Amino acid sequence: MPTIHIDKIPYAVKAGRNLLEACLGLGFDLPYFCWHPALGSVGACRQCAVKVFKDGQDTRGKLVMSCMEIVKEGMLVSIADEEAAAFRSQIIEWLMTNHPHDCPVCDEGGNCHLQDMTVMTGHNYRRFQYKKRTFLNQYLGPLIHHEMNRCIQCYRCVRFYRDYAGGNDLNVFSAHDHVYFGREKEGVLQSPFSGNLAEICPTGVFTDKTLKEHYTRKWDLTTAPSVCQHCSLGCNTTAGERYGTIRNITNRFNGEVNGYFLCDRGRYGYAFVNSVNRVVQPLLRHRAVESVDDVTLMEALTMRMAHQKLIGIGSPRASVESNFALMQLVGKENFYQGVTEELAYLEKRIVDVLGSGALHCSSLGEIAGSDAVLVVGEDVWNTAPVMALAIRQAVMKKGFLANTTVAPSPLDEISACTLHAAPDDIARLGFAIAHLLDPSVPPVPTASEEIQRTATSIAEALRTARRPVIISGASCYNEALIRAAYAIATALDPTERKVGIAYVLPECNSMGLAMMRAPSIDAAIERTAFEHDLTVLVLENDLYRILPAKKADDFFRRFKNIIVLDSLNNLTTEKATVLLPAATFADGDGTLVNNEGRAQRFYQVFIPANQHIKESWWWLWKLHTALTAASNGHECHPDEVLARLETALPQFAGISRAAPPPDFRIHGEMIPREPHRYSGRTAMLANLSVSEPKPRQDSDSPMTFTMEGYQRIPPSPLIPFFWAPGWNSVQSVNKYQQEPGGALKGGDPGIRLFEQKAGADRVLFTDPPDAFAVRDQKWMLLPQHHVFGSEELSGTAGAIGELTPAPVVALSPRDARQLGVVEGTIIRLRMDQEEVSLPVKIQEGLCNGVALAPAGWPGMAASNWGTWVNISA
Amino acid sequence: MLTHLRTMWLVFLHLFHKKATIQYPEEKIRLAPRWRGRIVLTKDPDGGERCVGCYLCAAACPVDCIALQATEDEKGRRYPEFFRINFSRCIFCGYCEEACPTYAIQLIPDFEMGEYARENLVFEKEDLLIDSEGKYPGYNYYKVAGLDAGVKAKGEGEKEDPPVDIHSLLP
Amino acid sequence: MTIMQHIWIVLGVLFVLLNVAAGLIWVERRLLALWQDRLGPNRAGPLGILIVLADTLKLFFKEDWIPPFADKWVFITAPAIVVGSVLMSFVIIPFAPSVVVADLNVGLLFFLAMSSLGVYSIVLGGWASNNKYALLGALRGASQMIAYEVFMGLSLMGVVMLTGSFNMGAIVAAQKDRWFIVTQPLGFIIFFIAGIAETHRLPFDIPEAESELIAGYHAEYSGMKFGMFFIGEYLGITLISAMTVTLFFGGWLGPAFLPPLVWFIVKTVAFIGLFILLRASLPRPRYDQLMEYGWKVLLPLVLANLLITGAIALWIRK
Repeated sequence: MPTIHIDKIPYAVKAGRNLLEACLGLGFDLPYFCWHPALGSVGACRQCAVKVFKDGQDTRGKLVMSCMEIVKEGMLVSIADEEAAAFRSQIIEWLMTNHPHDCPVCDEGGNCHLQDMTVMTGHNYRRFQYKKRTFLNQYLGPLIHHEMNRCIQCYRCVRFYRDYAGGNDLNVFSAHDHVYFGREKEGVLQSPFSGNLAEICPTGVFTDKTLKEHYTRKWDLTTAPSVCQHCSLGCNTTAGERYGTIRNITNRFNGEVNGYFLCDRGRYGYAFVNSVNRVVQPLLRHRAVESVDDVTLMEALTMRMAHQKLIGIGSPRASVESNFALMQLVGKENFYQGVTEELAYLEKRIVDVLGSGALHCSSLGEIAGSDAVLVVGEDVWNTAPVMALAIRQAVMKKGFLANTTVAPSPLDEISACTLHAAPDDIARLGFAIAHLLDPSVPPVPTASEEIQRTATSIAEALRTARRPVIISGASCYNEALIRAAYAIATALDPTERKVGIAYVLPECNSMGLAMMRAPSIDAAIERTAFEHDLTVLVLENDLYRILPAKKADDFFRRFKNIIVLDSLNNLTTEKATVLLPAATFADGDGTLVNNEGRAQRFYQVFIPANQHIKESWWWLWKLHTALTAASNGHECHPDEVLARLETALPQFAGISRAAPPPDFRIHGEMIPREPHRYSGRTAMLANLSVSEPKPRQDSDSPMTFTMEGYQRIPPSPLIPFFWAPGWNSVQSVNKYQQEPGGALKGGDPGIRLFEQKAGADRVLFTDPPDAFAVRDQKWMLLPQHHVFGSEELSGTAGAIGELTPAPVVALSPRDARQLGVVEGTIIRLRMDQEEVSLPVKIQEGLCNGVALAPAGWPGMAASNWGTWVNISA
Repeated sequence: MLTHLRTMWLVFLHLFHKKATIQYPEEKIRLAPRWRGRIVLTKDPDGGERCVGCYLCAAACPVDCIALQATEDEKGRRYPEFFRINFSRCIFCGYCEEACPTYAIQLIPDFEMGEYARENLVFEKEDLLIDSEGKYPGYNYYKVAGLDAGVKAKGEGEKEDPPVDIHSLLP
Repeated sequence: MTIMQHIWIVLGVLFVLLNVAAGLIWVERRLLALWQDRLGPNRAGPLGILIVLADTLKLFFKEDWIPPFADKWVFITAPAIVVGSVLMSFVIIPFAPSVVVADLNVGLLFFLAMSSLGVYSIVLGGWASNNKYALLGALRGASQMIAYEVFMGLSLMGVVMLTGSFNMGAIVAAQKDRWFIVTQPLGFIIFFIAGIAETHRLPFDIPEAESELIAGYHAEYSGMKFGMFFIGEYLGITLISAMTVTLFFGGWLGPAFLPPLVWFIVKTVAFIGLFILLRASLPRPRYDQLMEYGWKVLLPLVLANLLITGAIALWIRK
C-alpha cells in the first residue's frame, strides 16, 4: 500500500486508486462533480483540484485534478493549500455565473450536490454582473423532469445514460457554453434506467417527476431502508414518506446487489401504496362496513376458522414472515404455494440446484465483475432490468456476452453471440455447450448446424473465462433451461475459474416461497375435488392472475369461507368472505429472499393513520393465538417469526441475522427514521388536534419514527437515509462506504442462504429436451415481459401506466403471413379454458411457432404460459 | 452605609419621575415596521401568491410550527397546497422570514392575537394570506428565477439572455 | 375602663390591624411600582385599591393543598403561629393615651417574648413541609432570628435605662421633652435593622430568598395558609414600625393640632413606607454576610451603646 502525504500527514492508501478516491476514502471533504464511483473520472469539471509537490523542497507545487492522478508512493499532496482552495472556489463561481436563482423551486434543493459543493468551497456571492445563458426545456416523459438552465456541464448524465446504461436517445448537443443535454426531439426517454438521471445529476436538471406531484424536501421525509418489491433481484431502496403517503423511492447503495442504480419500475412503482385501490378496512361479507370492529372481526374469524379444515395459499410477493405465519396457522400439510404447478416445479429445481451447494450463486456485483456471461433463455432486460445493467458492465469491461432469448432483446446489441429460438432449442444449445466443455455430458442428438456453431463459439469463450456467470430464469416456464444452465456451469472446470450461476425468478419473494417447498396451487385444486367444507386463507395473492377466470371461480366456489389478506383490491379480494387489509412494504416490516438467496429485511416507513392496516404476519399471528388461545396479548415481532422459521425449516438457517434485532441499540439509542432537520412536527397534525400526539413507537425494529436517536452511521441494514455533515445529497454515500464505490461500512446488508459447499454432490442433468417442432395451426404461448406493466404491484397506475405498452400478441413474420394477418389485426387466442382478442405485432427475429403475449396483463393467466393455443384471425 | 442611604434617596426620588407604563388598551404602543408579530403570507405585485412552497421556513423554524405542502399549477408555478402555522407554538423569532427566499412570509407589527381556545391559534393559508406586498414592494421572485412558471418566458427575466438555439453552430 | 370599652378597643385594634395588613398589599405594590417608574395595580377600583379584595379572594379560592409528604398538623399550625404571635405583640402598644389593650408593666419584655415566638412559625413551617428548600429556609430563619433577637433586646435596653421602666406608656411619657431618637440614635438604628431581620423583609429576607430557595420555608404553602404568612409579614412590618415610633419617636406625642392617635398613625405609616423603600432599593446580602454583620458589627456596637448609655445615665443621676 503506497503512503501519500496529505497536508504533511502520511496516510496509507490503496494502490491503483486515484487521488480523489483516496482523499474521499480518508474522509477529506474534497469537492467534485464529474467523477462518480460508477462512472469513473474524466477530469472535465476541474473541481477536485489539489496541489501536488515534487519533493520536500518544492514550495510552489502544481495544481492537478485529483481524479486524474493515480496515487504514487511518497506523493506530497495539499488539499488545504490556499491556491488550490481559491482555484476550486473560482471554478464554482464560474459554474454559478449561469446557474439560475432557482433553489426555492428546484426539486434538487436540500439534496443537491451543487449546493453542497458551493457551500464547501465557500462561494457565496455572485460577482458576475452580466446576463445568464438560458435554454428551453424538453418533455422527457412521465418520469423525468428537465430544467436545462440549471446545467453545469459535468456530462454525468450522458456518461451514465449512454455509456453505463446503453441508452442512445439522450445526447449532448451544440458547443462551448451552449452545450445542451437532452434528446434530439422531445419525447419519452427510452431507457428503463432513466430515473437514475435524477440521482446522477449533481444539480436539478433532471429531477424525479412523480415526486413533483407531492413534492417534499429530503429533510422532511420519514425514510426507512426498504427492498424493492417489483422483481426478484431485491434491489435496496430507500422509501420516503410525508403526511401519510409515500413520496419517492431512491436508491440505497448495496455493493453486492444494486450498487448505485435502480430500474424505473423499482423507482416509480411505489404509486400502489398511495392508491385509492388499497384495502383499508377489514370486511365481512353481508356485514355493513361500519359495524366491523376489532371484536366482531375476531369473533367472526374464530367462528369461521375454529375446528375447521384450513388450507393456506401463500404468495411469492408476500414476505417470508407472512408466508411462514400462514404455514404455521394452517399446518405444513395444508400450505400451498400460490403459483402454478409448472412454476412451482421450475422453482423447486432452482432451489435444489442452488441449495445443493455445488455451485456459487452470483450476486449482481459479481455479474458486473465477471468476464463472460451467458444468458440462457431469460429476457433479463425486462424481467430483471438491473441484472441487465450489471451484465452490461461486465461487457463494458471487455467481458464476453452471449444472449440467447426467445425474442430479440436490447442486450443483443452488446452480445458477442446471440440466438433467438424457442426455449427448448435454447436448452439444447445449453446442453451442446455443456458437452463441448465436458465431454462426459452426452452430445445433443440431431443438433442443428446453427446450434452447433453457436455452441462452439460460446464454449470457446467460456473456456478462456476466469469468472464466468451463467444466467437463466423462470420467465419462459421451461424447466429444461434451468437444467441446461446448471449443466453448463457444472461442466466448467471449477479448479481454473470461479463459476457463478444466477436464476431470475418472477416475484420479489419467489425464492423465499419456493424454499418452503410447499405444493402448488394445482395441488390445492385437486384437494378441493374430494374434500369439502374447507376454509381457505389466501395471502396477498390474486389467483386470477395465475388461473383462468373460470378455474379460479370454480376453485373459490368450493370453499365455505374465503379469508383473503391483501393490500390492493383485486378479483380475489372480491371473492372474500373475510377481507383483511395487509400492509405493503411501506407500512410493514418483512424479509424477502432474492434470486441469489439473499435474505434482506425491509422496514416499515410509516405507521398509516388507518389502524387496520397491518402486516399479514401480524394478522396471521393474531389469528393463530386467537385459535389456539396461546397468548395473552403478546405482540409478535418479525424476529420471533424468523426464529421459529429457522427451527421449523432448517433451509432458512441464518435468516434471522439478516438485520439487527428490535432491541438493538447504539449507546442506548435507536436509529431515527427522520433526519435531524425534519420540520413541521408541531404543525402537521395541528389541524386535527392542537396537542401533539405522542410519537408512534416501533417495537418491530430498532428504529424510531422521529428525529431523535443515534445521529451517526448506523449498521448497514439500518441506514434510513444517506447524509453526512456538508453532504446533503446522495453523494454522501461515500461517507458510508469502506472506500468510494466499495462495500458499506460493516459489510453490505443481507444474509446469503445458499453457500457453495466444497465437495457437494453435483447432480448431473444430461438429458436435453427434444427440439422444438412447429405445429400446424398451434402456437406455443410464451410471456412477453415488459419492464412496465408486467409486474402486479407497480401495475398500470400513474407514470408506470403511461409507459406500459399496449397489449399485443407477437408473431414471427412467417407465422403472420401464414395466418394472413398484418400488424394491428385483431386476432383471437383460444387457450385451454378461455379466449382473448388482441392486436398482432409482427416481430422480426422471433422464431416460428411461438406467440408472445403480454405477461401480467389481466386476462392472461400464468397457467397458460408454455401451452399450445389456437389462433384465428 | 452612606451609599445605602444614597441609593434609598435616589430610589425615593423616582416617585416623581415620569412613568414608563403605557396604559395598554386605551393607549397603544408604536411598533416599528420590523416588529416581529403575527406572521402573514404576502403577494406579488401582480397579485399572485409569493410563497413557492420551498419549505425553507419550515426547516428554519426552531419549534417546527410551520407545515406546508407544495404543489404546482398547470403552468409550473409552485404554491402551497396548504400552509399551516401553529401560533400556539410560534416563538416569533423571525427565522422563517429570514429564510424565505421570496419575501413571502413576513412578520408584521401586530401582536393582538389572544384566543381562549388553543385550536384557534392554528392558522391555515386562508388566515395567513394578505392582499399586500408587505415590507418589500415590487419584488417578484419568478422574474429573477430561471424557470418558466407562466410569469415570464425563458430568457425574458432580469439578467437573462434569450434561449440558446442549440441547432446553431455559430460561436 | 369598662369591660365593654376593653372589648371595643380589642376589636378596634384587630379590625384596624388586619385591614392595614391587607391594605399594605396595595400600598407595597403601588409604592414599589412608582419607585420603579411603573404605575402598579391601578385597574381594580379607584386607584386600584380593590386589588386587595381581588388578591384576598384569589387566596381564598386557591386550592388549600397539604402535600402528602408533609407533617400535617404542624404544617397547619405554623401559619397560625406567625399571625398569633405578632397580633399578641400589639397588645402592649399604646396607640394613644388610654388606647392600649393591656398596659403591662413588663410591656417591652412581653413584646420581645412574643416576637421570639414568631420563629416557631418559620421553623415548624419549614420542617413540616418536608422539602429541602423549606428546611434550608427554616434553618436560616432560625439562626437569623436568634442572632438578631439578641441585638434587638439589647438595643432597647438603652431606652429602658433612660425610662427606668418596661411599661410602654411610661416609655412614651418619658419622651415628652426629648424623643429617644435624640438620646439613643444608635439604639434606634440597631433596633430598626434588627426589626427588619425579625420580619425577614428585604434586604434581610434570607429565609425566603426566592432566587436561592424558591420561597424558603413557605415553598409548599398555598391558599389561605400562604395568606397567613403573607399577613403575618405585613403585620410584622406594622408592628416594628409601631414599636419604633413608640420607642424612639415619641409614640402618640406631637403638637396639639392633631389628636394623638393621628400622630401615631402618621409616624407609623412613614416607617412602613421606609420598609418598602428599603425593599425597593437595597439588594439582599449573602447569608454569611448577614450573620457576620450581626455578630461582629452589631453586637459590639450595641454593647458599647449600652455601656455608654448606662454610664451617662448613672452620671446624670449622680
